[in-house]
Amino acid sequence: MKILVPVKRVLDYNVKPRVKADGTGVDLANVKMSMNPFDEIAVEEAIRLKEKGVATEIVAVSVGPAKAQETLRTALAMGADRAILVQTDDAVEPLAVAKILKAIADGEQPGLVILGKQAIDDDNNQTGQMLAALTGWAQGTFASAVNVEGDSVNVTREVDGGLETVKLKLPAIVTTDLRLNEPRYASLPNIMKAKSKPLDTKTPADYGVDTAPRVKTVKVSEPPVRSAGIKVADVDELVAKLKAMGVHS
Amino acid sequence: MKTLVWVEHDGSAVKDATLAAVTAASKLGEVHLLVAGEGVEGVAKAASEIAGVGKVHVADNVAFGHNLPENVAPLVAELMESHDAFVAPATTTGKNIAPRVAALLDVMQISEILSVEGPKTFTRPIYAGNAIATVESSDAKLVLTVRGTAFEKAATSGGSGTVEAVSAGGDAGISSFVGAEIAKQDRPELTSAKIIVSGGRALGSSEKYEEVIVPLADKLGAALGASRAAVDAGYVPNDYQVGQTGKIVAPEVYFAIGISGAIQHLAGMKDSKTIVAINKDEDAPIFQVADFGLVADLFSAVPELTGKI
Repeated sequence: MKILVPVKRVLDYNVKPRVKADGTGVDLANVKMSMNPFDEIAVEEAIRLKEKGVATEIVAVSVGPAKAQETLRTALAMGADRAILVQTDDAVEPLAVAKILKAIADGEQPGLVILGKQAIDDDNNQTGQMLAALTGWAQGTFASAVNVEGDSVNVTREVDGGLETVKLKLPAIVTTDLRLNEPRYASLPNIMKAKSKPLDTKTPADYGVDTAPRVKTVKVSEPPVRSAGIKVADVDELVAKLKAMGVHS
Repeated sequence: MKTLVWVEHDGSAVKDATLAAVTAASKLGEVHLLVAGEGVEGVAKAASEIAGVGKVHVADNVAFGHNLPENVAPLVAELMESHDAFVAPATTTGKNIAPRVAALLDVMQISEILSVEGPKTFTRPIYAGNAIATVESSDAKLVLTVRGTAFEKAATSGGSGTVEAVSAGGDAGISSFVGAEIAKQDRPELTSAKIIVSGGRALGSSEKYEEVIVPLADKLGAALGASRAAVDAGYVPNDYQVGQTGKIVAPEVYFAIGISGAIQHLAGMKDSKTIVAINKDEDAPIFQVADFGLVADLFSAVPELTGKI
């Protein structure tokens, strides 16, 4: 079966975001961008399923600016077979991304779509679930284990309080949690090879999707700053401070 | 505005996260609840007693027994024909169901709201809590998830909601529940605990976590937490994890022990009222947010603290 893996180009997770002084957003000029970490896990899982003989082809998709090509090339270097860039300079909301992915899924007919559980920029945690609703497929969100068995997939999910396993009829949507796997690094030869793998460029209009935002960002501000604390000299002083606050056994 | 709130429950009791969602919903208008599950009469009764609740819709059906979103989302979408907003707690259950509902209604969801600023205006954290966005929806109906630590919990008594059975929905036939492994804990739930004692990678092993962190938590009646590093190293189960990708907590006192304070961890706990950090590295970023910092070897300082408090 074919696996579709949507990936997003985001501010690198090690970079501390800076809110723009005019309150219009986070400053993304001249900062390091990378593949969303949860999406790396999604690509890795697709590759592992291909290595097990479960998947036959992996198609990576990204919705974003021309530079999202780099993110797709990373996916290709890890082991994806081909890529589709749906190019737009607009910020596209999860609902519109899900609609684009639905249109791509209609054409590609994948057996599984594996997405990251959330992007670390907007922290929405919506796209996979929305795609599942639009396709009418089952969803296995926050996956920490994925086992394809015949015409179904067993997904172990990280839930509050522990783990649960659900059985989903294929085709299905899976979103990855951090502990699903450890993504591989692309080797230099594979990075070179990825340059010649196919990458189609499309636009949202090709899929008939209107990307006009439904949610307007009125402003973006710094979170409240915690007032500076103090360093205590020893355990006795800490105990005194805690007791003064009413914390004791 | 008529708001439908998803009641998260364990089959017998309403979970605390729901109570925060009720408070958020009450800022929008009339609050209705949805209790879905199998054999949920008791939960429905408890839900009807939550302060400020109007109608309680009860969908008692085996298909809703394990919150499978394939079965539950169409049920919610149908009830949304007579409601203006759907509100769910931002728990793993709420996050699983609400976006599926939003897409069925063709609306954008607003995730993890921190405040209600107007009928369609909310604040929410982005970039792991490093920025706060004020956003305004232009959709006809609202779908929201609510960060539990950002709202007071509604009182569990004093309400007089009317219970009404819902016959809609059933098994979509595309998913089923196989099993669950729920970590057993005799202590307060992490997300609602007043005190949390969290350990990080510096502990070095699960034995040391048991030996150093657990006694302090026991003494304080605290919940146990951990950094992602400690979880990944296998010191504790992953549902202990506090952070952007784990649980978001805001207790009265948060003890960060042997935790450096990466931004992903801070995203999960920096709204705690008081933060106490114990770390031997005086340059650890955790000290920039800690109200009380102690630069010391945790293996001697924590047992001493446990003994003296």
